[in-house]
Amino acid sequence: MKQLVQTKLQRYWDIRAAANFSFGGTGSGLIMAAAIGAPSRPVMVVGLGFIGLGLLSVWLEIGRPWRAINVLFHPRTSWMTRESMLAPLLFAAGAATVFDARFAVLAAALAAGYLYCQARMLHASRGIPAWCQNESVPLMLATGVAEGTGLYLALGDASVAMIALALCAGIVREVAREIYRRALFRAKAPAGTLAWFSLREEKLLTVTRLVAIALLLAALGGWPTAAFGGLLVVATGWGLKTMLITRAAFTRGHVIQHTPTRGRDASHVVTPA
Amino acid sequence: MTRYVMVADLRRCVGCQACTAACKEANATPPGVQWRRVLDIEIGEYPDVKRVFVPTGCQHCADPPCMHVCPTTATRQRDDGIVTIDYRLCIGCGYCAVACPYEARYKVTTPEFAFGADPTSAEDVGFDEGKIGVATKCTFCADRIDAGVAAGLVPGRDPAASPVCVNACVSGALAFGDIDDPGSEVSRLLKDNKSFRMHDELQTEPGFYYLWDH
Repeated sequence: MKQLVQTKLQRYWDIRAAANFSFGGTGSGLIMAAAIGAPSRPVMVVGLGFIGLGLLSVWLEIGRPWRAINVLFHPRTSWMTRESMLAPLLFAAGAATVFDARFAVLAAALAAGYLYCQARMLHASRGIPAWCQNESVPLMLATGVAEGTGLYLALGDASVAMIALALCAGIVREVAREIYRRALFRAKAPAGTLAWFSLREEKLLTVTRLVAIALLLAALGGWPTAAFGGLLVVATGWGLKTMLITRAAFTRGHVIQHTPTRGRDASHVVTPA
Repeated sequence: MTRYVMVADLRRCVGCQACTAACKEANATPPGVQWRRVLDIEIGEYPDVKRVFVPTGCQHCADPPCMHVCPTTATRQRDDGIVTIDYRLCIGCGYCAVACPYEARYKVTTPEFAFGADPTSAEDVGFDEGKIGVATKCTFCADRIDAGVAAGLVPGRDPAASPVCVNACVSGALAFGDIDDPGSEVSRLLKDNKSFRMHDELQTEPGFYYLWDH
Protein backbone atom coordinates (compact mmCIF):
# COMPACT_ATOMS: atom_id res chain seq x y z
CA MET A 1 0.00 0.00 0.00
CA LYS A 2 1.42 3.34 -0.97
CA GLN A 3 1.28 6.09 1.63
CA LEU A 4 2.18 9.38 0.04
CA VAL A 5 3.04 12.29 2.26
CA GLN A 6 -0.03 14.43 2.50
CA THR A 7 -2.07 16.32 5.01
CA LYS A 8 -5.36 14.85 6.16
CA LEU A 9 -8.61 16.24 7.46
CA GLN A 10 -8.75 15.31 11.12
CA ARG A 11 -11.64 13.01 12.06
CA TYR A 12 -11.36 13.03 15.84
CA TRP A 13 -13.52 16.08 16.45
CA ASP A 14 -16.72 16.31 14.46
CA ILE A 15 -19.91 18.36 14.51
CA ARG A 16 -20.44 17.50 18.19
CA ALA A 17 -17.18 19.14 19.17
CA ALA A 18 -18.01 22.05 16.88
CA ALA A 19 -21.33 22.37 18.72
CA ASN A 20 -19.48 22.76 21.99
CA PHE A 21 -17.50 25.66 20.60
CA SER A 22 -20.57 27.17 18.94
CA PHE A 23 -23.01 26.86 21.82
CA GLY A 24 -20.37 27.51 24.46
CA GLY A 25 -19.23 30.67 22.70
CA THR A 26 -22.77 31.95 22.19
CA GLY A 27 -23.84 31.12 25.75
CA SER A 28 -20.82 32.72 27.39
CA GLY A 29 -21.09 35.73 25.09
CA LEU A 30 -24.76 36.10 25.99
CA ILE A 31 -24.02 36.03 29.72
CA MET A 32 -21.40 38.75 29.23
CA ALA A 33 -23.84 40.81 27.18
CA ALA A 34 -26.51 40.34 29.85
CA ALA A 35 -24.17 41.68 32.51
CA ILE A 36 -23.69 44.82 30.45
CA GLY A 37 -27.38 45.14 29.56
CA ALA A 38 -29.99 43.81 31.93
CA PRO A 39 -29.28 40.39 33.45
CA SER A 40 -32.86 39.16 33.23
CA ARG A 41 -33.77 35.68 34.33
CA PRO A 42 -34.72 34.32 30.85
CA VAL A 43 -31.53 35.63 29.24
CA MET A 44 -29.37 34.04 31.90
CA VAL A 45 -31.23 30.74 31.57
CA VAL A 46 -30.82 30.79 27.80
CA GLY A 47 -27.09 31.52 28.15
CA LEU A 48 -26.54 28.70 30.60
CA GLY A 49 -28.73 26.45 28.45
CA PHE A 50 -26.49 27.01 25.45
CA ILE A 51 -23.37 26.22 27.46
CA GLY A 52 -25.01 23.09 28.82
CA LEU A 53 -26.07 22.05 25.34
CA GLY A 54 -22.49 22.46 24.15
CA LEU A 55 -21.16 20.33 26.97
CA LEU A 56 -23.80 17.71 26.29
CA SER A 57 -22.77 17.64 22.63
CA VAL A 58 -19.13 17.03 23.41
CA TRP A 59 -20.07 14.47 26.06
CA LEU A 60 -21.81 12.53 23.31
CA GLU A 61 -18.58 12.51 21.34
CA ILE A 62 -16.12 11.14 23.84
CA GLY A 63 -15.30 7.45 23.69
CA ARG A 64 -15.86 6.72 27.38
CA PRO A 65 -18.64 9.10 28.47
CA TRP A 66 -19.17 7.47 31.88
CA ARG A 67 -15.65 8.44 32.86
CA ALA A 68 -16.23 12.07 31.93
CA ILE A 69 -15.42 13.20 35.46
CA ASN A 70 -11.74 12.37 34.70
CA VAL A 71 -11.70 15.48 32.57
CA LEU A 72 -11.09 17.45 35.76
CA PHE A 73 -7.76 15.79 36.55
CA HIS A 74 -5.24 18.01 34.74
CA PRO A 75 -5.74 21.72 35.42
CA ARG A 76 -1.99 22.36 35.45
CA THR A 77 -1.67 22.36 31.65
CA SER A 78 -4.92 21.26 29.98
CA TRP A 79 -7.29 23.94 28.75
CA MET A 80 -10.00 21.31 28.46
CA THR A 81 -9.74 20.66 32.18
CA ARG A 82 -9.80 24.36 32.92
CA GLU A 83 -12.91 24.81 30.77
CA SER A 84 -14.57 21.90 32.57
CA MET A 85 -13.68 23.31 35.98
CA LEU A 86 -15.08 26.71 35.13
CA ALA A 87 -18.38 25.27 33.88
CA PRO A 88 -19.91 24.36 37.28
CA LEU A 89 -18.76 27.68 38.75
CA LEU A 90 -20.35 29.48 35.84
CA PHE A 91 -23.59 27.55 36.28
CA ALA A 92 -23.62 28.36 39.99
CA ALA A 93 -23.00 32.07 39.38
CA GLY A 94 -25.58 32.08 36.59
CA ALA A 95 -28.15 30.39 38.82
CA ALA A 96 -27.39 32.89 41.58
CA THR A 97 -27.95 35.74 39.10
CA VAL A 98 -31.45 34.42 38.45
CA PHE A 99 -32.25 35.22 42.09
CA ASP A 100 -29.94 38.16 42.65
CA ALA A 101 -28.79 40.33 39.75
CA ARG A 102 -25.66 41.38 41.63
CA PHE A 103 -24.08 38.05 40.70
CA ALA A 104 -24.22 39.00 37.00
CA VAL A 105 -20.74 40.50 37.05
CA LEU A 106 -19.29 37.34 38.56
CA ALA A 107 -21.14 35.22 36.01
CA ALA A 108 -19.84 37.44 33.20
CA ALA A 109 -16.27 37.12 34.46
CA LEU A 110 -16.58 33.35 34.59
CA ALA A 111 -18.20 33.34 31.14
CA ALA A 112 -15.25 35.33 29.81
CA GLY A 113 -12.92 32.78 31.34
CA TYR A 114 -14.93 29.95 29.82
CA LEU A 115 -14.75 31.53 26.38
CA TYR A 116 -11.01 32.11 26.78
CA CYS A 117 -10.51 28.46 27.73
CA GLN A 118 -12.31 27.38 24.59
CA ALA A 119 -10.14 29.61 22.45
CA ARG A 120 -6.94 28.33 24.07
CA MET A 121 -8.16 24.75 23.78
CA LEU A 122 -8.16 25.03 20.01
CA HIS A 123 -4.87 26.89 20.03
CA ALA A 124 -3.15 24.09 21.98
CA SER A 125 -3.96 21.58 19.23
CA ARG A 126 -0.52 21.60 17.67
CA GLY A 127 -1.29 18.91 15.16
CA ILE A 128 -3.77 21.16 13.34
CA PRO A 129 -2.19 24.33 11.88
CA ALA A 130 -5.58 25.99 11.38
CA TRP A 131 -6.22 25.78 15.10
CA CYS A 132 -2.82 26.42 16.62
CA GLN A 133 -2.33 29.58 14.58
CA ASN A 134 -1.96 32.35 17.17
CA GLU A 135 -4.59 34.48 15.49
CA SER A 136 -7.27 31.83 16.14
CA VAL A 137 -7.51 32.97 19.77
CA PRO A 138 -8.74 36.53 19.08
CA LEU A 139 -11.02 35.16 16.37
CA MET A 140 -12.68 32.73 18.77
CA LEU A 141 -13.03 35.42 21.43
CA ALA A 142 -14.42 37.95 18.98
CA THR A 143 -16.97 35.60 17.50
CA GLY A 144 -18.13 34.50 20.96
CA VAL A 145 -18.75 38.09 22.01
CA ALA A 146 -20.40 38.90 18.68
CA GLU A 147 -22.72 35.88 18.96
CA GLY A 148 -23.60 36.74 22.55
CA THR A 149 -24.49 40.34 21.82
CA GLY A 150 -26.31 39.27 18.66
CA LEU A 151 -28.42 36.78 20.55
CA TYR A 152 -29.10 39.35 23.23
CA LEU A 153 -30.61 41.61 20.56
CA ALA A 154 -32.63 38.72 19.17
CA LEU A 155 -34.02 38.04 22.63
CA GLY A 156 -35.59 41.43 22.73
CA ASP A 157 -33.30 44.09 24.22
CA ALA A 158 -32.67 46.32 21.25
CA SER A 159 -31.36 49.35 23.10
CA VAL A 160 -29.11 51.65 21.11
CA ALA A 161 -26.16 50.86 23.35
CA MET A 162 -26.56 47.12 22.86
CA ILE A 163 -27.01 47.48 19.10
CA ALA A 164 -23.84 49.56 18.98
CA LEU A 165 -22.01 46.97 21.03
CA ALA A 166 -23.20 44.13 18.79
CA LEU A 167 -22.20 46.12 15.73
CA CYS A 168 -18.71 46.75 17.15
CA ALA A 169 -18.36 43.08 18.05
CA GLY A 170 -19.42 42.05 14.54
CA ILE A 171 -16.89 44.40 12.97
CA VAL A 172 -14.13 43.25 15.32
CA ARG A 173 -14.93 39.66 14.41
CA GLU A 174 -14.64 40.52 10.74
CA VAL A 175 -11.26 42.15 11.31
CA ALA A 176 -10.09 39.20 13.43
CA ARG A 177 -11.13 36.75 10.74
CA GLU A 178 -9.25 38.67 8.06
CA ILE A 179 -6.12 38.86 10.22
CA TYR A 180 -6.45 35.14 10.88
CA ARG A 181 -6.90 34.36 7.19
CA ARG A 182 -3.83 36.34 6.22
CA ALA A 183 -1.79 34.73 8.97
CA LEU A 184 -2.72 31.27 7.71
CA PHE A 185 -1.54 32.15 4.21
CA ARG A 186 1.67 33.67 5.59
CA ALA A 187 2.31 30.56 7.65
CA LYS A 188 1.76 28.37 4.58
CA ALA A 189 -0.99 26.37 6.24
CA PRO A 190 -2.00 23.08 4.55
CA ALA A 191 -3.61 23.49 1.15
CA GLY A 192 -6.84 21.95 2.43
CA THR A 193 -7.06 24.60 5.12
CA LEU A 194 -6.42 27.45 2.73
CA ALA A 195 -9.00 26.02 0.32
CA TRP A 196 -11.57 26.66 3.05
CA PHE A 197 -11.65 30.33 2.11
CA SER A 198 -12.59 29.48 -1.47
CA LEU A 199 -15.48 27.19 -0.59
CA ARG A 200 -18.92 28.27 -1.74
CA GLU A 201 -20.27 27.81 1.79
CA GLU A 202 -17.60 30.09 3.20
CA LYS A 203 -18.36 32.77 0.62
CA LEU A 204 -22.03 32.52 1.55
CA LEU A 205 -21.12 32.87 5.20
CA THR A 206 -18.98 35.92 4.47
CA VAL A 207 -21.81 37.62 2.59
CA THR A 208 -24.23 36.75 5.40
CA ARG A 209 -21.88 38.21 8.01
CA LEU A 210 -21.70 41.45 6.05
CA VAL A 211 -25.49 41.49 5.70
CA ALA A 212 -25.74 41.04 9.49
CA ILE A 213 -23.47 44.05 10.02
CA ALA A 214 -25.54 46.07 7.56
CA LEU A 215 -28.72 45.14 9.42
CA LEU A 216 -27.21 46.20 12.73
CA LEU A 217 -26.12 49.46 11.15
CA ALA A 218 -29.69 49.96 9.89
CA ALA A 219 -30.99 49.20 13.38
CA LEU A 220 -28.81 51.98 14.72
CA GLY A 221 -30.56 54.25 12.21
CA GLY A 222 -33.92 53.29 13.68
CA TRP A 223 -34.91 50.40 11.41
CA PRO A 224 -36.46 47.33 13.12
CA THR A 225 -33.68 45.00 11.97
CA ALA A 226 -31.77 44.47 15.20
CA ALA A 227 -33.23 41.07 16.09
CA PHE A 228 -32.78 39.58 12.64
CA GLY A 229 -29.30 41.07 12.36
CA GLY A 230 -28.45 39.58 15.74
CA LEU A 231 -29.69 36.16 14.69
CA LEU A 232 -27.56 36.30 11.56
CA VAL A 233 -24.51 37.16 13.67
CA VAL A 234 -25.17 34.05 15.75
CA ALA A 235 -25.80 31.79 12.77
CA THR A 236 -22.68 32.93 10.95
CA GLY A 237 -20.60 32.43 14.09
CA TRP A 238 -21.79 28.86 14.33
CA GLY A 239 -21.09 28.42 10.64
CA LEU A 240 -17.58 29.77 11.01
CA LYS A 241 -16.77 27.43 13.90
CA THR A 242 -18.36 24.43 12.24
CA MET A 243 -16.22 25.03 9.16
CA LEU A 244 -13.12 25.58 11.28
CA ILE A 245 -13.58 22.32 13.20
CA THR A 246 -14.94 20.01 10.53
CA ARG A 247 -13.73 21.32 7.17
CA ALA A 248 -10.53 23.31 7.63
CA ALA A 249 -8.78 21.17 10.22
CA PHE A 250 -6.01 19.52 8.23
CA THR A 251 -3.01 17.89 9.85
CA ARG A 252 0.56 19.05 9.35
CA GLY A 253 1.55 15.95 7.43
CA HIS A 254 5.04 14.52 7.61
CA VAL A 255 7.98 16.65 6.56
CA ILE A 256 11.18 14.87 5.56
CA GLN A 257 14.02 17.37 5.99
CA HIS A 258 16.52 15.20 4.16
CA THR A 259 15.90 12.24 1.93
CA PRO A 260 18.69 9.68 2.23
CA THR A 261 21.75 9.96 0.09
CA ARG A 262 22.63 6.79 -1.73
CA GLY A 263 25.70 6.75 -3.99
CA ARG A 264 25.78 10.09 -5.81
CA ASP A 265 22.18 10.96 -4.94
CA ALA A 266 21.43 14.44 -3.74
CA SER A 267 19.24 14.89 -0.68
CA HIS A 268 15.81 16.47 -1.01
CA VAL A 269 13.23 18.00 1.26
CA VAL A 270 9.80 16.37 1.10
CA THR A 271 6.82 18.39 2.22
CA PRO A 272 3.18 17.33 2.28
CA ALA A 273 1.16 17.56 -0.93
CA MET B 1 19.48 9.28 33.53
CA THR B 2 18.05 7.10 30.82
CA ARG B 3 16.37 8.47 27.71
CA TYR B 4 15.17 5.84 25.27
CA VAL B 5 15.06 6.88 21.62
CA MET B 6 14.67 5.23 18.26
CA VAL B 7 16.89 5.79 15.27
CA ALA B 8 15.76 5.04 11.72
CA ASP B 9 18.43 4.90 9.03
CA LEU B 10 16.58 6.05 5.92
CA ARG B 11 19.42 4.73 3.73
CA ARG B 12 18.79 1.22 4.97
CA CYS B 13 14.99 1.05 5.14
CA VAL B 14 13.61 -0.98 2.22
CA GLY B 15 9.94 -0.47 2.99
CA CYS B 16 9.25 -4.14 3.66
CA GLN B 17 6.78 -3.26 6.44
CA ALA B 18 8.10 -6.07 8.63
CA CYS B 19 8.17 -3.57 11.53
CA THR B 20 4.54 -2.67 10.89
CA ALA B 21 3.52 -6.31 10.77
CA ALA B 22 5.48 -7.18 13.90
CA CYS B 23 3.90 -4.29 15.77
CA LYS B 24 0.40 -5.27 14.67
CA GLU B 25 1.03 -8.85 15.71
CA ALA B 26 2.48 -7.92 19.08
CA ASN B 27 -0.11 -5.29 19.97
CA ALA B 28 -3.14 -6.73 18.17
CA THR B 29 -4.03 -3.38 16.69
CA PRO B 30 -7.26 -3.34 14.67
CA PRO B 31 -7.45 -2.71 10.91
CA GLY B 32 -6.34 0.78 9.97
CA VAL B 33 -4.35 1.26 13.15
CA GLN B 34 -0.59 1.24 12.65
CA TRP B 35 1.41 2.24 15.65
CA ARG B 36 4.51 1.70 13.51
CA ARG B 37 3.91 3.04 10.03
CA VAL B 38 6.27 3.21 7.10
CA LEU B 39 5.62 6.05 4.70
CA ASP B 40 6.26 5.16 1.08
CA ILE B 41 7.21 8.33 -0.73
CA GLU B 42 7.94 8.94 -4.39
CA ILE B 43 10.15 11.90 -5.17
CA GLY B 44 11.35 13.42 -8.39
CA GLU B 45 9.92 13.26 -11.89
CA TYR B 46 10.28 10.69 -14.62
CA PRO B 47 12.86 9.45 -15.46
CA ASP B 48 14.60 10.55 -12.26
CA VAL B 49 12.25 9.07 -9.69
CA LYS B 50 13.17 7.62 -6.33
CA ARG B 51 11.34 6.04 -3.48
CA VAL B 52 12.01 6.80 0.14
CA PHE B 53 10.69 4.80 3.06
CA VAL B 54 10.19 6.59 6.34
CA PRO B 55 9.21 4.71 9.49
CA THR B 56 7.01 6.84 11.73
CA GLY B 57 4.88 6.55 14.83
CA CYS B 58 4.83 8.12 18.24
CA GLN B 59 8.02 10.14 18.58
CA HIS B 60 8.00 9.96 22.38
CA CYS B 61 8.73 13.67 22.53
CA ALA B 62 10.63 15.09 25.49
CA ASP B 63 8.03 17.86 25.57
CA PRO B 64 4.92 16.03 24.34
CA PRO B 65 1.96 18.24 23.34
CA CYS B 66 -0.36 15.26 23.80
CA MET B 67 0.52 15.06 27.47
CA HIS B 68 0.00 18.76 28.09
CA VAL B 69 -3.48 18.83 26.57
CA CYS B 70 -4.70 15.55 28.06
CA PRO B 71 -7.44 16.54 30.53
CA THR B 72 -7.31 13.29 32.47
CA THR B 73 -3.55 12.74 33.02
CA ALA B 74 -3.96 9.45 31.15
CA THR B 75 -1.01 10.46 28.98
CA ARG B 76 2.16 10.57 31.01
CA GLN B 77 5.88 10.51 30.52
CA ARG B 78 8.09 8.05 32.31
CA ASP B 79 11.48 8.95 33.67
CA ASP B 80 13.07 7.12 30.74
CA GLY B 81 11.23 9.38 28.27
CA ILE B 82 8.60 6.90 27.11
CA VAL B 83 5.17 8.50 26.73
CA THR B 84 2.40 6.21 27.93
CA ILE B 85 -1.40 6.14 28.03
CA ASP B 86 -3.36 4.82 30.98
CA TYR B 87 -6.37 3.30 29.23
CA ARG B 88 -8.31 3.21 32.50
CA LEU B 89 -8.14 7.00 32.84
CA CYS B 90 -8.53 8.03 29.20
CA ILE B 91 -12.02 9.28 28.29
CA GLY B 92 -11.42 9.16 24.54
CA CYS B 93 -11.89 12.88 23.96
CA GLY B 94 -9.40 12.81 21.08
CA TYR B 95 -7.68 16.00 22.21
CA CYS B 96 -4.28 14.30 22.23
CA ALA B 97 -4.84 13.11 18.67
CA VAL B 98 -5.36 16.64 17.37
CA ALA B 99 -2.48 17.93 19.48
CA CYS B 100 0.02 15.42 18.10
CA PRO B 101 1.95 16.86 15.14
CA TYR B 102 2.97 13.35 14.03
CA GLU B 103 -0.47 11.76 13.50
CA ALA B 104 0.64 9.02 15.84
CA ARG B 105 -2.55 8.52 17.82
CA TYR B 106 -5.59 6.46 17.07
CA LYS B 107 -9.05 6.02 18.51
CA VAL B 108 -11.31 3.11 17.66
CA THR B 109 -14.86 3.32 18.95
CA THR B 110 -16.09 -0.16 18.09
CA PRO B 111 -14.29 -3.51 17.94
CA GLU B 112 -13.03 -4.11 14.42
CA PHE B 113 -11.38 -7.18 13.02
CA ALA B 114 -9.57 -7.98 9.82
CA PHE B 115 -12.15 -10.38 8.43
CA GLY B 116 -15.55 -9.14 9.49
CA ALA B 117 -17.37 -9.14 12.79
CA ASP B 118 -15.61 -12.11 14.36
CA PRO B 119 -11.96 -12.03 15.40
CA THR B 120 -9.45 -14.51 14.10
CA SER B 121 -7.92 -16.72 16.77
CA ALA B 122 -4.86 -14.47 16.92
CA GLU B 123 -7.03 -11.34 17.18
CA ASP B 124 -9.09 -13.01 19.86
CA VAL B 125 -6.00 -13.60 21.97
CA GLY B 126 -4.81 -10.01 21.65
CA PHE B 127 -8.17 -8.26 21.89
CA ASP B 128 -8.44 -5.80 24.76
CA GLU B 129 -11.80 -4.18 25.48
CA GLY B 130 -9.93 -1.50 27.41
CA LYS B 131 -8.51 -0.11 24.16
CA ILE B 132 -11.94 0.61 22.69
CA GLY B 133 -13.07 4.22 22.85
CA VAL B 134 -9.73 5.52 24.09
CA ALA B 135 -6.58 6.89 22.52
CA THR B 136 -3.86 4.40 21.64
CA LYS B 137 -0.35 4.69 20.22
CA CYS B 138 3.12 3.15 20.10
CA THR B 139 4.52 2.40 23.55
CA PHE B 140 8.10 1.63 22.43
CA CYS B 141 7.06 -1.82 23.74
CA ALA B 142 7.46 -0.52 27.28
CA ASP B 143 6.34 -3.85 28.74
CA ARG B 144 9.18 -5.67 26.96
CA ILE B 145 11.67 -3.03 28.07
CA ASP B 146 10.55 -3.24 31.68
CA ALA B 147 10.63 -7.02 31.71
CA GLY B 148 14.02 -7.03 30.03
CA VAL B 149 15.56 -4.49 32.37
CA ALA B 150 14.18 -6.44 35.34
CA ALA B 151 15.93 -9.50 33.93
CA GLY B 152 19.23 -7.63 33.63
CA LEU B 153 19.03 -7.16 29.86
CA VAL B 154 19.89 -4.00 27.94
CA PRO B 155 17.15 -2.47 25.74
CA GLY B 156 18.41 -2.00 22.22
CA ARG B 157 21.16 -4.57 22.63
CA ASP B 158 19.21 -7.58 23.79
CA PRO B 159 16.24 -8.44 21.56
CA ALA B 160 14.14 -9.65 24.48
CA ALA B 161 14.33 -6.15 25.94
CA SER B 162 13.82 -4.26 22.68
CA PRO B 163 10.75 -3.11 20.73
CA VAL B 164 9.44 -5.75 18.34
CA CYS B 165 9.69 -3.42 15.35
CA VAL B 166 13.44 -3.13 15.89
CA ASN B 167 13.78 -6.88 16.22
CA ALA B 168 11.78 -7.46 13.04
CA CYS B 169 13.69 -4.98 10.87
CA VAL B 170 15.34 -6.97 8.07
CA SER B 171 17.89 -4.34 7.09
CA GLY B 172 19.05 -3.02 10.43
CA ALA B 173 17.40 0.31 9.68
CA LEU B 174 15.82 0.60 13.11
CA ALA B 175 17.87 0.93 16.27
CA PHE B 176 16.76 1.54 19.82
CA GLY B 177 18.50 2.43 23.03
CA ASP B 178 19.53 4.93 25.65
CA ILE B 179 20.77 8.17 24.11
CA ASP B 180 22.25 9.19 27.46
CA ASP B 181 24.55 6.17 27.35
CA PRO B 182 27.53 7.17 25.18
CA GLY B 183 28.26 3.52 24.53
CA SER B 184 24.83 2.64 23.18
CA GLU B 185 24.16 1.80 19.55
CA VAL B 186 21.91 4.83 19.10
CA SER B 187 24.55 7.19 20.52
CA ARG B 188 27.16 5.76 18.16
CA LEU B 189 24.85 6.03 15.15
CA LEU B 190 23.95 9.62 15.92
CA LYS B 191 27.61 10.51 16.46
CA ASP B 192 28.76 8.95 13.19
CA ASN B 193 25.93 10.11 10.92
CA LYS B 194 23.92 13.15 9.97
CA SER B 195 20.44 13.07 11.40
CA PHE B 196 17.25 15.07 11.71
CA ARG B 197 14.05 14.92 13.69
CA MET B 198 10.66 15.54 12.19
CA HIS B 199 8.98 18.90 12.87
CA ASP B 200 11.96 19.90 14.99
CA GLU B 201 10.83 23.51 14.66
CA LEU B 202 7.89 22.78 16.96
CA GLN B 203 10.35 22.16 19.81
CA THR B 204 8.65 18.99 20.95
CA GLU B 205 12.10 17.34 21.04
CA PRO B 206 11.12 14.04 19.48
CA GLY B 207 12.84 10.87 20.62
CA PHE B 208 12.92 9.57 17.04
CA TYR B 209 15.92 10.35 14.85
CA TYR B 210 16.34 9.86 11.12
CA LEU B 211 19.78 9.18 9.65
CA TRP B 212 20.23 10.36 6.10
CA ASP B 213 23.96 10.77 5.36
CA HIS B 214 27.41 10.05 6.73
